[in-house]
Amino acid sequence: MKRIGIIAAFTCREAVRRRVLAAALALGILYLAMYALGLYVLQTDVSLRGLPNNVVLRSQATSTLLAMGLYAVNWLVVLMTILMSVDTLSGEIASGSMQLVAAKPLRRWEVVAGKWMGYAVLILAYLLFMAGGVMAAAWLVIGRRPVHVPQSLGLMYMEALLLLSVTLRAGASLATMATGACVFGLHILAFLGGWIEEFGQLAQSAGASNLGVAISLLFPSEVLWRRAAFEIRGPMISPFGRTPFDVGSVPSGWMIVYAALFLLAALILAVRRFSTRDL
Amino acid sequence: MTGNLAVSTRGLRKTYGSKVAVADLTLAVRRGEVFGFLGPNGAGKSTSVKMFLGLVRPTAGEVRILERPPGDIGVRGRIGFLPEQCRFHDWLTADEFLAFHGSLCGMPQSRVAKRSAELLERLGLAGHHDRRLHDFSKGMLQRVGIAQALLHDPELIVLDEPTSGLDPGGRRLVRDLILELRRAGRTLFVNSHLLSEIEITCDRVAFIKHGKVVEILDLGQALGGARKLSATVRRIQPDTLQALERMAASVHLAGDQLTLEVRGEESIPEITRFLAAQCDVYSLSAQQTSLEDLFLEIIGPEAGL
Repeated sequence: MKRIGIIAAFTCREAVRRRVLAAALALGILYLAMYALGLYVLQTDVSLRGLPNNVVLRSQATSTLLAMGLYAVNWLVVLMTILMSVDTLSGEIASGSMQLVAAKPLRRWEVVAGKWMGYAVLILAYLLFMAGGVMAAAWLVIGRRPVHVPQSLGLMYMEALLLLSVTLRAGASLATMATGACVFGLHILAFLGGWIEEFGQLAQSAGASNLGVAISLLFPSEVLWRRAAFEIRGPMISPFGRTPFDVGSVPSGWMIVYAALFLLAALILAVRRFSTRDL
Repeated sequence: MTGNLAVSTRGLRKTYGSKVAVADLTLAVRRGEVFGFLGPNGAGKSTSVKMFLGLVRPTAGEVRILERPPGDIGVRGRIGFLPEQCRFHDWLTADEFLAFHGSLCGMPQSRVAKRSAELLERLGLAGHHDRRLHDFSKGMLQRVGIAQALLHDPELIVLDEPTSGLDPGGRRLVRDLILELRRAGRTLFVNSHLLSEIEITCDRVAFIKHGKVVEILDLGQALGGARKLSATVRRIQPDTLQALERMAASVHLAGDQLTLEVRGEESIPEITRFLAAQCDVYSLSAQQTSLEDLFLEIIGPEAGL
């Protein structure tokens, strides 16, 4: 466990020293400031038109605005997760620096576990900072109190961990560019699957819904966001029309369990592949 | 197969698809010796080293390192390793780099700090301990890599091209360090292209060609004594040459230049007296066999890949 901790601390330190975290936080602060400003401007304009008197409409609107902020945070977390971890195995294998580490008295699985834990800590910190900022802005500016916070943030975190595990699995076999292309491609595929399922539900097309579910089974990252969005605001359509943060077809609890198993399988496969490959 | 051996392999083989990297490697390195590993490019030297350390899985055969399998965690803490052409984590300072690798070896921080300071001093990097590796020259990186390999005072030190990227001063430093470690009873396995370094530092060498050991020599015996005589002679008769051919392993006359490969150092006085009596000798010198001569004799003149 100590050796895993050493690798995890080293991973965090690298992110700090290479200014990855600083860049992410700087842009995050800019994002949160613009989000809060946007909310303020909207709030002022909507107040002028007297919309706050309509309680249902106001609740739907503020819920949509909160979901919009978290939707963007989710994408930022997804991007950060993949970009931070894409080079960690493949890059070190290609440069030969992994030979130095792997020749030391530690097991290969401890290297993967340590890196996974290091990134998991960084991602959690980033998610809490960004999502916390969005929720605080929504509460303070437009009075939208977040609901189901542990559930929604837990699901968003799980999505990032799933992508992290798949990135490590791909990085144990492929070069950096191929790893990035592979993981981004799979996530975009999952995104497409979510939309096919949503439109299938809207158009009452069982075929499209089933296809969407099948794609989600192939790569269940997007279902975690959709379930998180449902936890944030429930199955409602925003007063601004259909948006990417509306959930018509809510992923089931079984689908979340499947995604958790998928995450675990990807991590186990990453460990197995890295443990048996030549360096 | 094991006993008092630091490294022992039997029938070690590594293939990548149809490409054979190491065909059949059998060798034994004794504890306390400096063992050189020589061969042309592409002979399978680095792949062999990686198999010793468990970085590459053999396709067939057996390898034991300090009498344990290479995957054994305990044994890895007793080995120091410098890989060939390795890029380090260059965002670290020299101190941080050594602290990280020391912690992986289970060393307490106080001991890491003490050893780091000693080694950086010994390798001429004392004034650069807090500089990032990103700013280091190739030679400085090689030196800090060697410090990393020696940090935990290992029993067996495996150095893959240790003098690569070093200037003459750096090469001498590494050479002296190897000799110091030998005196301290450490076992060193050195893979190098620089035959002069191997010649000075190694007790024994293995010559590897096409992934197979073709010869293992004790350098003290193989290089000890003269093997060649060169003379400038005039008025030499054919029957003198015929007599010399019986006395020496080979005789070659080109103009006034006579070259003889002798069978042993003890035959040189007799040949010298005979030559002086039979013809006019203007100069005569005995030459020792160099490792390069042996390399070309054993491996052949073809360039590696």
